Amino acid sequence: MARLNLWRWAVLGLAGLYFLVPLAASVVFTVDVPGQGVTLDAYTQIFSTGGFGSSPLLSLELAAVTVAVVLLLMVPAMVALRLGSPRLRPVVEVVCSLPLVVPPIAFVAGIGTVLKWGPEQLSRTPLFQTFVAIQNPDFPVVLVLAYVVMALPFVYRALDAGLRSVDVGTLVEAARSCGAGWPQALIRAVLPNLRGALLNASFLTLALVLGEFTVAQLLGFQPFAVWIVNVSGSQAQLSVAVSVLSLLVTWALLLVLAGFGGRTRPTPRG
Amino acid sequence: MTVLDNTATTPQPATQAATVEFRRLRREFGPTVALAGLDLTVRPGELLALLGPSGCGKTTALRMLAGFEHPDSGEVLVDGEDVTRVPAHRRDAGMVFQSYSLFPHLDALDNVAFGLRMRKVRTAQRRSRAAELLDLVGLADKGARFPHQLSGGQQQRVALARALALRPRVLLLDEPLSALDAKVRLTLREEIRRLQQELGITTLFVTHDQEEALSMADRVAVMHAGRLEQCAAPAELYGRPATAFVAGFVGTTSRIPGRLDGGTVDVLGRRLPVDGRIPAVTEVDVLVRPEAVQVRAADDGDARVVATSFLGAAVRVTVRLADGAEIKADLPAHETAGLTAGAAVDVSLPDRPVLVTERTS
Repeated sequence: MARLNLWRWAVLGLAGLYFLVPLAASVVFTVDVPGQGVTLDAYTQIFSTGGFGSSPLLSLELAAVTVAVVLLLMVPAMVALRLGSPRLRPVVEVVCSLPLVVPPIAFVAGIGTVLKWGPEQLSRTPLFQTFVAIQNPDFPVVLVLAYVVMALPFVYRALDAGLRSVDVGTLVEAARSCGAGWPQALIRAVLPNLRGALLNASFLTLALVLGEFTVAQLLGFQPFAVWIVNVSGSQAQLSVAVSVLSLLVTWALLLVLAGFGGRTRPTPRG
Repeated sequence: MTVLDNTATTPQPATQAATVEFRRLRREFGPTVALAGLDLTVRPGELLALLGPSGCGKTTALRMLAGFEHPDSGEVLVDGEDVTRVPAHRRDAGMVFQSYSLFPHLDALDNVAFGLRMRKVRTAQRRSRAAELLDLVGLADKGARFPHQLSGGQQQRVALARALALRPRVLLLDEPLSALDAKVRLTLREEIRRLQQELGITTLFVTHDQEEALSMADRVAVMHAGRLEQCAAPAELYGRPATAFVAGFVGTTSRIPGRLDGGTVDVLGRRLPVDGRIPAVTEVDVLVRPEAVQVRAADDGDARVVATSFLGAAVRVTVRLADGAEIKADLPAHETAGLTAGAAVDVSLPDRPVLVTERTS
């Protein structure tokens, strides 16, 4: 037993070192400038750099909309799949896993081609305006569409795990025999029991969108990840400071989400 | 819906008990025929048990009344009104499922109040009605518990209260006791029966447990391969099974070879009158219940005891006749002193009409 404990601590310690040493090194690098001693200049500089407010905000907006779209798309689809046609499940699973095997670079090349081709062919139709609108740099809808596709594998897996743990069929039937129509049965009886799965799916999608670089950069938009790379090109300390900050922000967001999920857990009434 | 404003503290009889009719119901799932033309009428206020082996179509029939399955042909009538096309949530039927059907995210009280919430009953009113129903099933103090904090029997009581919350016209029970242990099953069985009689609600009860069906139901409908074999009161079903299947499925039956001769049958050296349908062949099996068989130790007997098993009040003795047929007899414990395995015995039947069926083997 004692030996086992020792091993556990050793492994934990090693893993901790592996994660914490580079992180600590980054922090030290940003605050300890050779010849000047400890200074917070790198961090104060971030706040004065242009785009500090707008690009994280854009990332958050993109994340929120992506989460909403992907859940609205996948939850009804997965529930219908489970209740109506379980035989189609492998098909949907494969389709949802495709984004994993298509490299983002190929994906974005395809999107880029369509975005170029579209306006040329459609310049005389109202669809032209659609192409312009989805590339609006203030809120690039095209990024949401891309992120929804990229999030499918994670969302599928998270929801599938959640649906496996509840007997959706019986819950729906029980709700229907209590006089609930289909939409009510789903919202009142099924969704509350999928909260864990919904939270997981949102988590993964949020992390994906906040950290995504390739697609946004190549399509020429500037959410948080792209902005970090842009502002830090010349100043090494600034770039690391931004990375440390973004790590903390992401952690904080995930903690908020987790707290949100935990707070509404039912507590027995007195 | 209009009866919901009633918040009296005593259980109210259902507004009026409903008649349920199944008419020529057919349903096929691919190659399997679940229902092959089921005709059945449930009288107002009675508890009718649908009994049969698994796959006989009893659950399909129940789910058609609930609105979860749709017949390929035929119709379901409630009080003479065709409800075949009415969606499940407007059927006015409360249902208790086999198990685990409570909403895991709601406590017992909210589970019971779920239907009232769907009908937009005001909060205070639905809470008091739900509390009253929980009281009715003996769980007044468990309202704040979540399903995972309740035992299996308690969960089924909550499910029963939930099914009754909207004062349905029909109560549907889909093997509600089969996941429970034997003791709980017995008490809950009695409780369901008591509630059903108090409320006078028309109830359909699906089960594969014949003891459950016989002890609870006003009438039992035995189903086999998608058809109704017999629908009768428990005593009649047991005493006068209409078909060989019913005889074999309900209670224990032994077959003794006999020779049919007009309206009588030669069996075990006696001539007994035949009860019920008389087959057109002469080689028949006589169907006997174990309690009707008399077994006596006799040194010159040509039957042999094969095994005995102690059942409590009685001992079940398995006897092999000279011609190889095995029959079972229930004897009072004190009469079985000399009847050990291998003992020579004499087997006889009382002088009463017997059921016969064509010999199968």
